[in-house]
Amino acid sequence: MNFFARLYYPLRKAWKAVGLYLVIAGPGIVVMVADNDAGGITTYAATGAKYGYHLIWFLLILIPVAYYVQEMTVRLGAVTKRGHAEAIFDGFGAFWGWFSLFDLTIVDWLTLVTEFVGMTAALAIFGLPPWITVVAVIVLMAVIVLNGRYWTFEKLALLFCALNLVYIPGAFLVHPSVRDILRDGLIPNFAGGFDGQLFFFLMANIGTTIAPWMLFFQQSAVVDKGMLEKDIPWGRFDTMLGSIITVVVAVFIVIVTGTVLPGVDIDSAAQAASELMKTDRYVGTFLAIGLFDAGLLGAICISLASSWAFGEIFGWAHSLNTKIRQAPWFYATYFFMLVTAGLVVLIPKAPLVLITLFVQVVAVTLLPAALVFLILLLNDKATMGERCNTMRQNLIGGFIVVSIIVLSTLYGFSVLFPSLFK
Amino acid sequence: MNTLRNLTAKFAAINARYREPRIEMSGAVRFSLLALRVYLLALVALMIYKFVLIVTQG
Repeated sequence: MNFFARLYYPLRKAWKAVGLYLVIAGPGIVVMVADNDAGGITTYAATGAKYGYHLIWFLLILIPVAYYVQEMTVRLGAVTKRGHAEAIFDGFGAFWGWFSLFDLTIVDWLTLVTEFVGMTAALAIFGLPPWITVVAVIVLMAVIVLNGRYWTFEKLALLFCALNLVYIPGAFLVHPSVRDILRDGLIPNFAGGFDGQLFFFLMANIGTTIAPWMLFFQQSAVVDKGMLEKDIPWGRFDTMLGSIITVVVAVFIVIVTGTVLPGVDIDSAAQAASELMKTDRYVGTFLAIGLFDAGLLGAICISLASSWAFGEIFGWAHSLNTKIRQAPWFYATYFFMLVTAGLVVLIPKAPLVLITLFVQVVAVTLLPAALVFLILLLNDKATMGERCNTMRQNLIGGFIVVSIIVLSTLYGFSVLFPSLFK
Repeated sequence: MNTLRNLTAKFAAINARYREPRIEMSGAVRFSLLALRVYLLALVALMIYKFVLIVTQG
């Protein structure tokens, strides 16, 4: 009895902490899971099919990489109460501000098109025509954002994040060898030697882990949620949990395709799902549902990242806590991006492959700039005060930022000149 | 016409508001921004080169 009495208070304390976290939880998990968008799922599926379990260790390294970058946006947003676009305009002047906003708009719109490509391809597996998917997605996203409360949006987004975990039971269904996963996946190794193609895959995995829109989205979401400096530890925990979940999901996708489709060249996640349907209907179905969910989450966050950025700069009301009448331009931007991107997918013979490749190239022009601005803003003592980057954070963050810049630039080169890495 | 005028005025107001960078322009900041400009110019030059290659080679 005494034992239970002693256990009661720590348990109650822990339960309270979980309750508090569930209130604070959101931007970190949403942005990280949304990072596993349609393009990300394709990359992981292709990685598993090509290299089996051999690159799982590399995916695990991406947990701290994603965390350190996104954590900086939490601090910046909580301290300045400004979104990333506004912070760049304010910190570096109109030239860099317009450059970032213009680049963000192009990258976001093109990425939105790729999300629609993923979603229509995923539901086409179940026989649904693309136009029905596009209309249904737009209606669903309208329902999610037009309720006039950030909190409701966030909890609905978290629900879709939970659906992203569908790959975990999918992996168990294919009965992978745990011994092989531990032996091949957890010890750093380069299967078949380090060649240009492997380098391309490593770069693609990094490229899908940190995307420019993520910086803009999380910082604006932190502001819209009203997070304060005292909430930063929770924001950090949220971001860490999100980065773990996103990599765990990626690992399970690699396990699925590494087990069932070894040696198969995968061009898209939809192709992977169709291939899996032939061997196991349920696993193929899981992959297709996951792909649709990934595209949907990506689309929700990406279109919001742009609308928030425009609202911040043009001085429009730009909060999900406002109704459509109170923030017409904010919602108009959101739906303009969404509807036009959806329509592109419906155009017969639209150059969708070219758009997918172009996204990666244009993203390379924005990502280094956004990351450099992030580090510089986090070192601005006048604004950040005691939340300024420490020497240790600068060393870790600086190393990660330089590595990402170098690798994502090489990735952009490889897309422009594929023969370079063959 | 009025909308266009309003939009131009809006852009001008934004440019005026953010004319001067607020962040202190230390040596490290200046160097970072210069490196970024060079990087972006090189990247744009590379993209133009690729575009010319595509056009000339069909």
